[in-house]
Amino acid sequence: MSEVKYSKEHEWIKLEGDIATIGITKHATEMLGDIVFAELPEKGSSVEKDGTAGVVESTKAASDVYTPVSGEVLDTNQEIVDDPSKINQDPENNAWFFKLKIKDKSEMDSLMNKKDYDKFAKESNS
Amino acid sequence: METKKTSLYQLHQDCNAKFVEFAGYQMPIQYSEGIVEEHKFTRNHSGIFDVSHMGQLFIYGGDELIKDLEKIFPLDLKNLRLNHSKYSFLMDKDAGIQDDLIITKIKEGFLIILNAACKDNDFKILKELLNEKYQMVLDENRSLIAIQGPKSSQILNDVIDGVKDLNFMSGNLFLFDNQKVYITRSGYTGEDGFEISIPNNFADKLTRELIDKGSKLVGLGARDTLRLEAGLCLYGHDLDKDKTPVEANLKWAISKERISKGGFIGSDIIIKQLNNGVTKIRVGIKPEGRVIAREKTKIFNQSDVHIGEITSGTFGPSVNGPVAMGYVENKFSEKNTKVFLEVRGKKHAASVCSLPFYKKSYVKGSN
Repeated sequence: MSEVKYSKEHEWIKLEGDIATIGITKHATEMLGDIVFAELPEKGSSVEKDGTAGVVESTKAASDVYTPVSGEVLDTNQEIVDDPSKINQDPENNAWFFKLKIKDKSEMDSLMNKKDYDKFAKESNS
Repeated sequence: METKKTSLYQLHQDCNAKFVEFAGYQMPIQYSEGIVEEHKFTRNHSGIFDVSHMGQLFIYGGDELIKDLEKIFPLDLKNLRLNHSKYSFLMDKDAGIQDDLIITKIKEGFLIILNAACKDNDFKILKELLNEKYQMVLDENRSLIAIQGPKSSQILNDVIDGVKDLNFMSGNLFLFDNQKVYITRSGYTGEDGFEISIPNNFADKLTRELIDKGSKLVGLGARDTLRLEAGLCLYGHDLDKDKTPVEANLKWAISKERISKGGFIGSDIIIKQLNNGVTKIRVGIKPEGRVIAREKTKIFNQSDVHIGEITSGTFGPSVNGPVAMGYVENKFSEKNTKVFLEVRGKKHAASVCSLPFYKKSYVKGSN
């Protein structure tokens, strides 16, 4: 049984056991426009909740990617580094950014479920 | 101050534009297909750009006006033929660039196209410099529509017959719906194309007809990636009051005839710089990887000494990689000089390159 939650910084996080897969939401890609560059955290590094864990750039501007939970980076998605346009095509599935070994599952509690996030995204859009 | 809207605002909305405020105007940054697709469509087919925010300054006068304008601009205006255009600058006495512009000789005088953010100030400066001797109109009643890309000549010619016979950097009056429109063959994308000065009330109709013929609206986002790939400068970024045309590597735009005699604003500095060289100069910068070096990125040499700064940088969809331009100390301006760009605390390898990044193989008349 996996659980998907969302952050106010427009990341999604899917937790399976103690492995969290993190990416950016479709709403984020729509705000950014065409993504042409992605930088991911180093494998083996530790990231802290709400800290920077990568960068995406559109033709217009650079934006930081934050991690919604703390943990150790187990894997990163080289495919989106090689072809960043994949992030626009399938942001919430194949274009995941990195996988973490989650440090403290209770950090998930403060994140939004899909319904709350959709409402938040809609409001932050206006 | 309330932001202004151009005559195409409704059409932009109909085409799902995302708007940004630019120089006091609500302008479309992109439409639903996005910057990359809009960029590629312009390169391969035809894109329409609403540039009505730019200034269209008409100055009316004859031979005396030519003489007076030659005291301002580094151009050989007395030999500029009717309906021919030149790229130039409005400089201050230190040859700092206050604006870059296109000036066209029209029957009644001159038409000068100015940057949106500079136009009101330019108008004031020019009015003073010309001692209010001439009638000057910064025309808000006309829109400016650019159509750019290899199919544009045919598309525009289907709507306004005869435009395909215009030569590059020349223009003429045409009729659209019995309205006088002034069209020049020019642009800001590195593609063949036209700029159309048309009364506001007819801009929407013309643009919709061009869309019906197969062209598409393209936003300011793609306009920026297109011009940067073409190596063209953006005022306020690549050009400003702290840079001269010689430093900007635009000395080709200064009339040789005028250099020998001087007598235009900033001529002392320009002549000095042409003779003695400059300390900094604008160059193309090609990052080696995929990292994008944006404006204000610091440039270092191989010994880690700070030698300059990026003034424009983005991802070039046709180049399929990052592109940039900036100013470096003159001794590092040689093509293929290896440099390093500091992005988010890390140094990334890049090299000085010649401009443009993207050169069209298209030959006029082959389509």
